[in-house]
Amino acid sequence: MDVLQALIVICNFVAVPALAYGSQLALGALGVTLVFGVLRFSNFAHGDTMAFGTMVAILATWWLQSLGIGIHPLPTALIALPFSIAVTAVLLLATDRFVYRFYRAQHSPPVIFVAASIGVMLLFHGLVRLIIGPWDQNFADGERFILSAREFKRATGLDEGLAIKTSQGITVLAAIAIVAWLYWFLNRTRTGKAMRAFSDNQELALLSGIKPERVVAICWIIAAGLATVAGVLYGLDKSFKPFTYFQLLLPIFAAAIVGGLGNPLGAIAGGYLVAFSEIAVTYAFKKVFRYLLPEFLEPSGLAQLLSTDYKLAVSFTILVITLLAKPTGLFGEARQ
Amino acid sequence: MKLLLTTISALVVAASAQAADQVKIGVIFGFTGPIETLTPAMAAGAELAAQEVSDSGMLLGGATVAAVRGDSTCIDSAAATSAAENLITVDKVNAIVGADCSGVTGAILQSVAIPNGVVMISPSATSPGLSTVEDNGLFFRTAPSDARQGQVLSDVIMERGIESVAVTYTNNDYGKGLADSFESAYTAAGGTVTASVAHEDGKGDYSAEIASLDAAGGDALVVAGYVDQGGQGIIRASLDSGSFDIFVLPDGMHGDSLTDAFGSEIDGSFGTLPGTDSPGASMLADVAGAAEVDASGPFVKESYDAAALLLLAMQAANSSASADLMNKVMDVANAPGEQIFPGELAKGLELLAAGAEIDYVGGSAVELIGPGESAGNYAIKEIQNGEFVTVEFR
Repeated sequence: MDVLQALIVICNFVAVPALAYGSQLALGALGVTLVFGVLRFSNFAHGDTMAFGTMVAILATWWLQSLGIGIHPLPTALIALPFSIAVTAVLLLATDRFVYRFYRAQHSPPVIFVAASIGVMLLFHGLVRLIIGPWDQNFADGERFILSAREFKRATGLDEGLAIKTSQGITVLAAIAIVAWLYWFLNRTRTGKAMRAFSDNQELALLSGIKPERVVAICWIIAAGLATVAGVLYGLDKSFKPFTYFQLLLPIFAAAIVGGLGNPLGAIAGGYLVAFSEIAVTYAFKKVFRYLLPEFLEPSGLAQLLSTDYKLAVSFTILVITLLAKPTGLFGEARQ
Repeated sequence: MKLLLTTISALVVAASAQAADQVKIGVIFGFTGPIETLTPAMAAGAELAAQEVSDSGMLLGGATVAAVRGDSTCIDSAAATSAAENLITVDKVNAIVGADCSGVTGAILQSVAIPNGVVMISPSATSPGLSTVEDNGLFFRTAPSDARQGQVLSDVIMERGIESVAVTYTNNDYGKGLADSFESAYTAAGGTVTASVAHEDGKGDYSAEIASLDAAGGDALVVAGYVDQGGQGIIRASLDSGSFDIFVLPDGMHGDSLTDAFGSEIDGSFGTLPGTDSPGASMLADVAGAAEVDASGPFVKESYDAAALLLLAMQAANSSASADLMNKVMDVANAPGEQIFPGELAKGLELLAAGAEIDYVGGSAVELIGPGESAGNYAIKEIQNGEFVTVEFR
């Protein structure tokens, strides 16, 4: 029985939150890795693109709520998604047209693109703060729990509860669906194959008649979709605040780099790796040990490796270790 | 020799008559800086008391009162001390109402008030450190020390039979000071604090903090944070993961946004908020309303009381000099004597002039204890059916 209790504690405080957070990071890292694969630069504006997409979704959600439209028990923000993806895609395409296309025509080195994307990041960040303000916004509605801790305790008669939030369930399902679709798109469709060809060798792709501007446009549209979905899911699960999204950039890049930039499967694995490390390293295992160990071995402290304040430092450490030990990432192949 | 004595006493009389014409009090608050939204109402409260005394024409045989403002900035000690220096040397104020934030209050006290021998009464500096500071008897405050709130919280929790709690506090001087004072009071009373974990405000997600607090265990969670910041996130995360159901809420956690967000989910949680059932508060609201001052804001009542105490102490000492009035502040603030409420300052002045004793109650039920700080009156509130309900005062 005690082993079961310990297992439930771990599920409740580590596995379920990390699975949801990891899915959100994986979707974000997929966007970063896709832009890197096709356009060959690290898009620092991705975190704030997520913030922008989420902001549009929040505004649309409020509008829908004022009309009384909803899909109870699911959150209203889900109906607002297609619209917000479209708006974000328009923003990214416009940014590409007015910023990145210029540098592409010049054949600028990647570092110039990165610098430009930092400018775009600041612009998006300011835009979001200007429109919706720097404060916390909570836009989750609908049923809050699939399984609440109290119900779980009552149903099983155990001391420990297990809670699964609706947003966590939606996040994991959405991540699976999107990853499956992306996999199919990149490997089975003509456009997907063209994108991969463009990513592998730009000159050869041009020679075989692939239109570069079309590939770039599709890449931005998909990036907008991934960013908006990741942002909305994160916002539903936690809360929306522009600065938090700005800070998400670090774990997202850590995830993308651990998996190998440009590798979609790596981005997903990286997302879960970063999320599980962040949560497991800062979790206090005292309760788990209390259930598992005999009384005389019970830890007197919290059995916590790092204070929760150091969560961001965990992604940073993962990033540094990867860059030192295996710069191409776990799944990346060496590039010339 | 006799002539000399007569001349001197005549000069003294002339000098005191001169001083009686106008009394100046300095009002040092952070009119710029992080609490600039609160200070205009606080200063208006202090000036309201000054005006009331001035209009009565009974202070020291008909002196008028002028309030001179200075900017403490709340955080910049250098700017605050130079503003205070200016008030004392250039404007020649007799005493000071202020300062507001604990840091600058300590700085002004040490480098300006003590060297110049000027009395300060702060309405809002709550740091426990100011209780033990060497002040030569010049410093008073109409606000309670945070140590007092820790004690009250501990008492309330113990009375409810909760003997082990986890504590989380917002990572700044307020949160840390309150958490420390609570922890020492609670452990002294026999309770156990299973863990004391800081949280940063403004994060999107507090599930990690709750995970460690849950691992530590405890029958309730003390949330020494802010209602519109991390404090609310902590409660959300705790409810989501099903760890704590009962929350203990110090003053920073009281607000409608809390009950709006959680409703009856947090029924049975309770906490403390500075407040009083004394009729003084509503009487001050009436007086202030007539002068179009909003007395409901934080520390406005305390500001009114600080200025009133200064002027009443002057009357009791029959002198506007700080060196004289400093010995009378405690006398006019505490029993015995007739109770004086806001709007009754003229009555108080009259009684003091006649040599009677008064017990100034004011808007915040002033009762000065120990080194001259408010005993602190707290309303104990409980959440019942999704609403804050006041259950008792202490």
